[in-house]
Amino acid sequence: MNDFPRWKYAIVAVVLLLGILYGLPNMFVQQPAVQITANHEATVDQALKDQVQGALEKAKLSFQSIDLNGRQLLVRFPFGATEQQSTAQEALRTELGDKYVVALNLASTVPGWMRAIGAREMPKGLDLQGGVHFLMEVDDKDVMEKQLQRYADDIRSTLRDKNIRYQSVGRGAQGLVVQLRSAEDRDAALAVIQSQVPDVAVANGAQVGDAYTLNASVKPEKITEIAQNTIRQNVATLNNRINALGVAEPLIQQQGDTRIAVELPGVQDTADAKRILGATATLEYHAVDENASALDAEKTGQISPDDKLYYRRERGVDGKPIPVLLKKKVIVSGDEMVDASSAPDPQSGLPAVSVVLNATGGRKMLDFTTQNVGKPMAVVYKETMPEVKIVDGKEVRSSKTTEEVINAATVNGVFSNRFLTTGLGSNKEASDLALMLRAGSLAAPVVIVEERVIGPSMGVDNINKGVKAVIIGLAAVLVFMALYYWLFGLIADIALFFNLVLLLAVMSAVGVTLTMPGIAGIVLTLGMAIDANVLICERIREELRNGSTPLAAIRAGYDKAWATILDANVTHLLAALALMTLGSGAIRGFGVTLFIGILTSMFTSVTVTHAITNLVHGGRKKLKGLSIGSGYVAAAAA
Amino acid sequence: MELFNPNSRIDFLGARKISMTVSVVLILVSIGLLLGRGLNYALDFTGGVLVEATYKDPVEVDQVREALDTAGFHNAQVQSLGGTRDVSIRLQSLAEQKNGDKVAADVLAALKAKRADAGMKRHDFVGPQVGSELKSDGIVAAVFVMIGIMIYIGIRFEKRFAIAAIASEAHDTILTLGFFALTHMEFDLTVLASLLAVIGYSINDKVVVFDRVRELFRLTRKADSHEILNRAINQTLSRTIMTSLLTAIAMAALYLLGGPAVHGFALTMLVGIVIGTLSSIFFANPILYWLGVSKTDLMPVTKENPALARRP
Repeated sequence: MNDFPRWKYAIVAVVLLLGILYGLPNMFVQQPAVQITANHEATVDQALKDQVQGALEKAKLSFQSIDLNGRQLLVRFPFGATEQQSTAQEALRTELGDKYVVALNLASTVPGWMRAIGAREMPKGLDLQGGVHFLMEVDDKDVMEKQLQRYADDIRSTLRDKNIRYQSVGRGAQGLVVQLRSAEDRDAALAVIQSQVPDVAVANGAQVGDAYTLNASVKPEKITEIAQNTIRQNVATLNNRINALGVAEPLIQQQGDTRIAVELPGVQDTADAKRILGATATLEYHAVDENASALDAEKTGQISPDDKLYYRRERGVDGKPIPVLLKKKVIVSGDEMVDASSAPDPQSGLPAVSVVLNATGGRKMLDFTTQNVGKPMAVVYKETMPEVKIVDGKEVRSSKTTEEVINAATVNGVFSNRFLTTGLGSNKEASDLALMLRAGSLAAPVVIVEERVIGPSMGVDNINKGVKAVIIGLAAVLVFMALYYWLFGLIADIALFFNLVLLLAVMSAVGVTLTMPGIAGIVLTLGMAIDANVLICERIREELRNGSTPLAAIRAGYDKAWATILDANVTHLLAALALMTLGSGAIRGFGVTLFIGILTSMFTSVTVTHAITNLVHGGRKKLKGLSIGSGYVAAAAA
Repeated sequence: MELFNPNSRIDFLGARKISMTVSVVLILVSIGLLLGRGLNYALDFTGGVLVEATYKDPVEVDQVREALDTAGFHNAQVQSLGGTRDVSIRLQSLAEQKNGDKVAADVLAALKAKRADAGMKRHDFVGPQVGSELKSDGIVAAVFVMIGIMIYIGIRFEKRFAIAAIASEAHDTILTLGFFALTHMEFDLTVLASLLAVIGYSINDKVVVFDRVRELFRLTRKADSHEILNRAINQTLSRTIMTSLLTAIAMAALYLLGGPAVHGFALTMLVGIVIGTLSSIFFANPILYWLGVSKTDLMPVTKENPALARRP
């Protein structure tokens, strides 16, 4: 009598094998490494590899290997050689200078074939490896203000176009106030604004003296859109800047509607991080100098006093930066831009970015384009970072500016405050450009509202204690189960062990970051996962007591316990789901672990134990009794 | 090995007047403690600056307090972190503390001025806004969990079971919070997470008993609810205690070995397990009894749901 079909055995075997495969990467100890990436004006190639190797040999630092993969160079050191690692970082920093970012890292030692199938170790949270955590709030007040000014411009020009005479368009207590001279003008203006400026909601306002007013405000959906764009562009620019910080695996994440969480593993000095996070960005439109060759200028260094040499953001096919020679005179700058969004060109359907300038910007652009149709124009993205250096024991404050050309295009016609940038390779490229343009024009200040610094020794301490708690907790439960339920306890033990393996495998495959609360969640899951087996074993004992034969008792035990297990676990999943979706940070990590743990435990403690139980008992025709640690076994079998 | 007499017929329900009185008194005391004494909210909720410092040589907490006092940090809370070398220093939400690492650096400088062997292990800065949001997020999460569970049990069982479950959940949560108010142990984010896990754990326990109640009602022809409820508790007693024991063992390992980062978490869970187990036996069922659950109540559900009708 074997009521467990073959395909179920197959599923159990496959899942367990996959669990082992995907859980295994966590057993590979990471080794200290130094990671080298290039800043914009440099390349990572064989030459750099040789240079790094030379520098390390000169400093008499032994290393394990130098790997060149893509745009980064990874120097691995023997296990435990953290001192060598930091000395090497210092040596390489002086050797390579500003052009490269040299970061400390922990390199994975998981074999390549495992990585190829997506098996990787769980990333560790800051509490387990030390580092800095910032929570930053984006203040979009300035951006909103700028948008209001833009709509005020729009309303003015629309009214002028339609020959509606108005007294003023200005800022009111809430939104904009349009003052007109007569009721007819007001009604006409209302209709025109409604049809021509769709992002604005208008309504009749009170009559003040002899002025008729309209109240205009930005529609809520537009406000949400602006707010979302603001935070998205902030996340994008932070990503850019943090790369310059030389952190191996930074995490930048939107949290809630207005916040951004930044995690910088391995960083201890918050001042340095804050400096970079506090950078400001702007934009400039310049004319391209066509009379001189940028390549020649780069080689000879001879540049006309009216020009300046810039580099493109993207690299050429040879991996080298592309030089561009621009006129120094600024046509329009970022604070004159009010919007940039990617949308397909209405005429050709090709990817494009539509740009809106304010009134003054529009006039300047009109002047420039009337004289320069057919000539190229470029956008420079400028980022300024405050810098503090200690010179002769004194603080010297300065700032460092990085500039790069993010787009160059030919002026195809005369335009003023609204124009399209076309010739972009893909929709992705268009949205990237729009993002950069907004970042340079609609900068929203960020305020740090939370800051946590965890020392590296504390991280190591936490992980050691956490692992110990998991092992001892697991061992105690295993021993207790085996003592209390004998063979059935041992079977449950095997299942519980696989539950841990599966839990780790799913967490690794999904890419859950392991944190201290996550470890607590693992221990808790181990304690509670055994519940299903307790339920099953108690049921089987009951059935035996009621006089069932051993095999019937097993079957009835699993059948009857299953309904209970399901109900109990669904309610429990609800709780885990709430922790996962409503909590933040620590709570979420715990909730995710609990959620996955409940799911894996339902599989291991019911299906896996059932498979093993059947494997042990199913083949035997006459079963005298069950080893379930109950004195009633013999009586039932007799 | 069997720890429990499988044929036990303890009259748990008979003691309902005593057990419920005890429960109600404990709830009132807990609420009183929460209102009067309040919770000792950690930095996560109050906002402020926390510095964990470590000394090379043993240090007295008073010594640290003195050092901070001289430097002008008068309202700093200093605690030993176990051992004699590590201390935590808490400065609660002062409006002028805009710059977290500045304050932390000042604190460290103050410690170093007194004892040169002081060093920083970690420091946190939480803005007051963030803290208060976390508090409301936690309450929302707890309410969401309870409502979700109530709906599920209402559908799977019956509304009386849902009410009894929610009443027990509230009982367990309030008592666990009461424990924190009484001991004045720090209530931080991990404790909140643990509290929500207690709700999940405890409901698990109740569902198992309820499941047996339903099963017995359907199996028995002449069902006297007093008798059925008692039998359900007795029959699930050994599993209730075994599971609690095993979970408690795992949590004890976490408490003893997991270090200070998970102390609060493990302790909350331990307290919650004890309270949850007791309320499964002594609190949830008397409520079910008083609400007058009977065999007929459990029948219409099965007609609507054929999947349930097939079950014993």
